[in-house]
Amino acid sequence: MNLLTRRKLINQTALTLSLFAMSFGLVWLIWILWTTLELGISGLSFSLFTQMTPAPGNSGGLANAIAGSAVIVGLATLLGTPIGILTGIYLAEYGQHTWLGKSTRFINDILLSAPSIVIGLFIYAVYVANVGKFSAFSGILALALIVIPVVVATTENMLRLVPNTLREAAYALGAPKRIVIMSVTLKASVAGVITGVLLAVARITGETAPLLFTALSNQFWSLDLNEPMANLPVTIFKFAMSPFADWQQLAWAGVFLITLGVLGLNIITRILFRNKHQQ
Amino acid sequence: MNMNDTQQVISAGGEGQLVPQIECRNFDFYYGKFHALKNINLQIYKKRVTSFIGPSGCGKSTLLRTMNRMYDLYPEQRATGELLLDGNNMLAAGVDLNTLRAKVGMVFQKPTPFPMSIFENIAFGVRLHEKLSKGQVEERVEWALRKAALWDEVKNILTRSGMSLSGGQQQRLCIARAVAVKPEVLLLDEPTSALDPISTMAIEELVNELKGEFTIAIVTHNMQQAARISDYTAYMYLGEMVEFGETDQVFIKPKNKQTEDYITGRFG
Repeated sequence: MNLLTRRKLINQTALTLSLFAMSFGLVWLIWILWTTLELGISGLSFSLFTQMTPAPGNSGGLANAIAGSAVIVGLATLLGTPIGILTGIYLAEYGQHTWLGKSTRFINDILLSAPSIVIGLFIYAVYVANVGKFSAFSGILALALIVIPVVVATTENMLRLVPNTLREAAYALGAPKRIVIMSVTLKASVAGVITGVLLAVARITGETAPLLFTALSNQFWSLDLNEPMANLPVTIFKFAMSPFADWQQLAWAGVFLITLGVLGLNIITRILFRNKHQQ
Repeated sequence: MNMNDTQQVISAGGEGQLVPQIECRNFDFYYGKFHALKNINLQIYKKRVTSFIGPSGCGKSTLLRTMNRMYDLYPEQRATGELLLDGNNMLAAGVDLNTLRAKVGMVFQKPTPFPMSIFENIAFGVRLHEKLSKGQVEERVEWALRKAALWDEVKNILTRSGMSLSGGQQQRLCIARAVAVKPEVLLLDEPTSALDPISTMAIEELVNELKGEFTIAIVTHNMQQAARISDYTAYMYLGEMVEFGETDQVFIKPKNKQTEDYITGRFG
């Protein structure tokens, strides 16, 4: 066999293997999406968005859980994102080789891989147990703690991908460091940084464990941050485990909503950033 | 360089009097422990083009990058001796780097447009140093783009991203960006090495246009380019300044055997 045929053969084999690997991954993803769609879509109705979570046997919706999830996830993102981005900026632009930078990066990596139930228990121990009651605010704290390491890591990595020549070019114009960072390096990596935030949002939208010990759940409509608040993951958890068919149906509808929400958020951001880059 | 040489240079340099704008005195530079520039003594004259030639690694880019203290970004790099800009030591403590870099602009080897519109790429530097009205900024942007011979190509697409331009256009954008701040000195670090011959020619013509207003120091690997566009040429080797003189003299009658070998292609 000559070298060229051999090379072509190896090429073919590698291509086939990677196609197999890709389809293997894709099959599960599509299956999950399909099941969610199949079981969730039949539960979709107007009342899902207008009625509260019902007692077993009664008709109802997920209005309080949807609103609660939106509030908890939104505020946790709002709380965690600035801290995460600023820390990422510090790690990439200021403290790359300092002792403080290195230790922060190390701790952040640990936090990044910490099981979320640990974070839930931590907030339970330091906040819920001291205040004496479950509250939406404690849930927000727990989820923000999950957001921060994700945003820190992506922000740092994205900023480090910005070539030094671009930084030098900005400094060469006499720009002070903060302007170089805000107007040039952060701008050059904004798509990546936003992706990091989205990843974090996607992750906390489905987190159940940290909310079980903090925000708990609420059968009624409540947007009071000092009270337990209904939210989709815990409601799904509770309803899916129940023996009641209508609760199980609502759980599937909730799963469908979460999937759709995360997907929609991703698509919207992608479209927004594609336009910005092609300008 | 002694008094006699300077006199000679003045008589040969033609119009106007030669005023040194940048001057190195017993200047040394280190990358960590590596001694990259050794006892450099040099004068760069106002509103003249000075080119730096020499084999790779001879320190010509390093020297250029000290002139706006770019090396300050890297803690392991340091300089000793004197580096004067209009008679003031730029290495002295308390020198404001941002003001210094407004006076000494730089264009790099690879085009580095910022991730913003063509207009904003130019306005960015202007707004850092001057408080101008919207109209004045627009005027300045047009002025700079005209100086860089780019205006006609981009006047209708000013809101488009600077990254959407071709390589040669991007490099002229970077020159316009540096010029817009109205510096006294322009440092060009191999500005055409990543460009095609036509863009290279455009940039060389540009250098010719700009030299009436700016002091220009250019590092180049292309000896013909140095011969074409510069008034003075410095030949460097292994971190030392081997020869400095009028370009014609350096290329036609080099005083140093090493320079001659390099220029005639026997070495390097």
